[in-house]
Amino acid sequence: MQLHRFHGGLKLPSHKAESTERPLRVLGVPQTLYVPLSQHIGEPTEPLVQPGDRVEKGQRIGQAKDYIAAHVHAPSSGRVVAIAEHPIPHPSGLSAPCIVIETDAQDHWGDTGMPAWPDWRDREARALRERVRDAGIVGLGGAAFPTAVKLNPRPGKPIHTLVVNGAECEPYITCDDLLMQTHPEAVLEGARIVAHLLGAEQVLFAIEDNKPEALRRLTEALARLEAEAQGSDQAQANASAGTRSEAPSQHRDASIQLVAIPSRYPTGGERQLIHVLTGREVPSAGLPADLGIICHNPGTLKAVRDAVLHGRPLISRIVTVTGPGVREPRNVEALIGTPFADLIVAAGGYAEGVDRLVMGGPMMGFAIHDDAVPVIKGSNCLLVTRPQDTARSGAVLPCIRCGECTRVCPANLLPQQLYWFAKSKNFDTIQDYGLFDCIECGCCAQVCPSNIPLVQYYRFGKQEIWNREKEREKADLARVRFEFRQERQEREEREKAERLARKKAMLAKKEPGSAAETEPGAPAASGTGAAADPKAAIADAIERARARKAAQAADADADAGTGPESESGSRTETGAGSDTGARPETRPGAGAPPASDNGAASDTPVRRPAAVAPAEKSGG
Amino acid sequence: MRFETRTSPHLVPDHSVGAVMRQVLYALVPGTLAMTWFFGWGVLVNVVLAVLFSVLFEALMVHLRGRPVGATLEDYSAVVAGWLLALAIPPLAPFWVVLTGAAFAIVVAKHLYGGLGYNPFNPAMVGYVVVLVSFPRAMSLWPAPYGIIDAPLTFLQSWQTALTGQLPAGLQWDAITRASPLDLMRESLVSGQTVEEIRQSPVFGSFTEHEWEWTGNLFLLGGLWLLYRRVISWHIPVAVLLSLATIAGLFWIIDPDHFASPAFHVFSGAAILGAFFIATDPVSAATTPMGRILYGAGIGLLIYVIRTWGGYPDAVAFAVLLMNMVAPTLDHYTRPRIFGHSRDGHG
Repeated sequence: MQLHRFHGGLKLPSHKAESTERPLRVLGVPQTLYVPLSQHIGEPTEPLVQPGDRVEKGQRIGQAKDYIAAHVHAPSSGRVVAIAEHPIPHPSGLSAPCIVIETDAQDHWGDTGMPAWPDWRDREARALRERVRDAGIVGLGGAAFPTAVKLNPRPGKPIHTLVVNGAECEPYITCDDLLMQTHPEAVLEGARIVAHLLGAEQVLFAIEDNKPEALRRLTEALARLEAEAQGSDQAQANASAGTRSEAPSQHRDASIQLVAIPSRYPTGGERQLIHVLTGREVPSAGLPADLGIICHNPGTLKAVRDAVLHGRPLISRIVTVTGPGVREPRNVEALIGTPFADLIVAAGGYAEGVDRLVMGGPMMGFAIHDDAVPVIKGSNCLLVTRPQDTARSGAVLPCIRCGECTRVCPANLLPQQLYWFAKSKNFDTIQDYGLFDCIECGCCAQVCPSNIPLVQYYRFGKQEIWNREKEREKADLARVRFEFRQERQEREEREKAERLARKKAMLAKKEPGSAAETEPGAPAASGTGAAADPKAAIADAIERARARKAAQAADADADAGTGPESESGSRTETGAGSDTGARPETRPGAGAPPASDNGAASDTPVRRPAAVAPAEKSGG
Repeated sequence: MRFETRTSPHLVPDHSVGAVMRQVLYALVPGTLAMTWFFGWGVLVNVVLAVLFSVLFEALMVHLRGRPVGATLEDYSAVVAGWLLALAIPPLAPFWVVLTGAAFAIVVAKHLYGGLGYNPFNPAMVGYVVVLVSFPRAMSLWPAPYGIIDAPLTFLQSWQTALTGQLPAGLQWDAITRASPLDLMRESLVSGQTVEEIRQSPVFGSFTEHEWEWTGNLFLLGGLWLLYRRVISWHIPVAVLLSLATIAGLFWIIDPDHFASPAFHVFSGAAILGAFFIATDPVSAATTPMGRILYGAGIGLLIYVIRTWGGYPDAVAFAVLLMNMVAPTLDHYTRPRIFGHSRDGHG
């Protein structure tokens, strides 16, 4: 298979052997589990239990309210003692609501409401996706994006390839390596289930070539699975005795191809991996699904398989506990909610003089201030280091524009320029320079001779831009409301005046009876006409609101530029409206929040303002 | 247990500014020793004085700006600037020439613009140009190579000359200095000789003067080592030398009698030193890959233009300073295509 190379990247010391030498250890049930209500990208879940409730293992205890969210399940049986703030592994170092479970050591499975589906090949994609959602599965590579969402590509985007991301390119982390070594069949089955769900014809299973053992086990497991499939095909063919059965071909599983890829950080980045495998680039504003590809982590696939084949929710995961700061680096399988400190104990405890505890790898992980935080679904690795292992004095020198960061940037950005623009808060230019194409892999910061925490600057830039985007949305909404209110008030006054004028006219012409009958005929007719077609009038008003909104969005300096323009616009509109006599019927439209109707507010992207702004313009 | 929460990456860093600058210094050593060998102790005297003055000015300015002096000196950038300035100033020049150059390089060109990382112009070259226009006579007296003069200055005599501005008794400037090949070529061409006639002069080796060739070779060696160590990228040196050789070659092919060969231009004067050590100063150079190629090509072109038609025999400093001016513009127009974007820069 022809492999490709992405720009930049780094050859890093792998530090994988430390934790792969020891076998996987399954941790017991801790006395107390702290299960955060939010362990995924998206809105937090709502607790389904009360303090004092008894919970069984696998019982759903946190309900996802949003589409982009994942349910939370009880990792073991016991009693809920509290739902309270507890430190969680988060870069902010803040606490968050957790369901605290006092376990009863019985580890008793309850009814999960998810029957085992050994016949998954006969299940519909929708049902399988629902199962994945019910099982609370998120991406286990670290990002923790709800998997059911990722398995639901937009219509009109058929998926032909499932890429299994077994690259695990970051130093020290080996949880996927161990998983592939210990459960190769489960991972492959998971890949088949997901490929079936997506309708993908092929599975490309990519593994960095520094994991020969995992590759070997997978190759063996794949051969076994294929032999089994052939056996069952044979049996079926024999059973149908001569008459050609179409059934086996109908249910043929996607072909799985194992691909060893060169070890090079960050080859496990979704876009980088797709480029390595196919030579194609995922469009900046798009998703892999635009190329007919979806990527999943092996751990996620095994979780899907457990949910489908055994009806088990995601309540445990493999975590690498490693680094020079622990005495016996190893991988452990821990229940979600197990305190980090328990994992450290399983890894032989701390070495002398440790000063840093990182969740995730050394390049993208974040330091945690307290080892009381629990394992969450996205916890792939605990890295413990001593001062000499990071040797970053903290002294930051000015950028000398040496360009090393440009050389290693896998997105082919100019990190040194992004840094200047972030520092000077030049948020328009920084987007022009592709800030939102930054995948925060940390290569630039690693090679920076001035020791500048570059990724921090980019995160700051992104956050500020998101915040401003939200502010602008709010301001837009407020402006639209204000304009509607003004319009309504003007109209009401005008109507009042008209009514008065009409009354006067009526009074004046009261004497000649015949004339009085014909004259008011015109307004009356227009009134009935409007009443006959109120929906059209509402649509009319919405249309106008949308046009105005678009005009505002198109204007760069919203405050200065659009004020007078939109004002005059609304004035001419009201004028026209009163002429047709349809104005009273716009009332419902005016009363409803305009932004929700015109859709602009909800469409305005939060993630990629730069990318979508032009679309918004063209839409108007 | 509680821990520090520093930001990623959580690995030992690959480089530091100090390490980068130190490697530049190591790479300068062979060429500097060759120059000392050929042109006398005066070269080393210049280096010592220029580095000393530069570091002192750096310390003074950092102190005045209220920054930590020790930590700043550790980046070695002042040492590099001083050293490069020293190589550009003729050996045996009086110390105040070096002092003035160092003052302008460090105080004006570097710290008045914000210090390391903020200077738009190459500090060493600003210092050099200031002394070039301020001390035209001292800057034109380049010692003849040791092989040519009868009684070269001793180590102490070199110091004495530099510190007093007076030659030891009994020595005349005319006796110990000589026009450099670039001077010679320029003056002889002006006086109507052809390149071939000039090259008959005994001082010429295969391309240019023997001594300059070897100095160039050893700076080239240092430069290649910097490339190998990835301290500098190939873009600028390759572009400088290629564009200089190309344009020189073009004119040489058209009229070899009146235009010197590309090899002469590449190996004369400060072309190689400039290509690998001066033009590559990252702070004042362009920073995008394509921008660096254009930046280097511009320097090569300007070196040739100024040498051939300008008022100075060598032109590296002017070429670098002129291109420093356009570096930000080059960066603006040469942004690489971002991954996942189409050519025209849109997603």
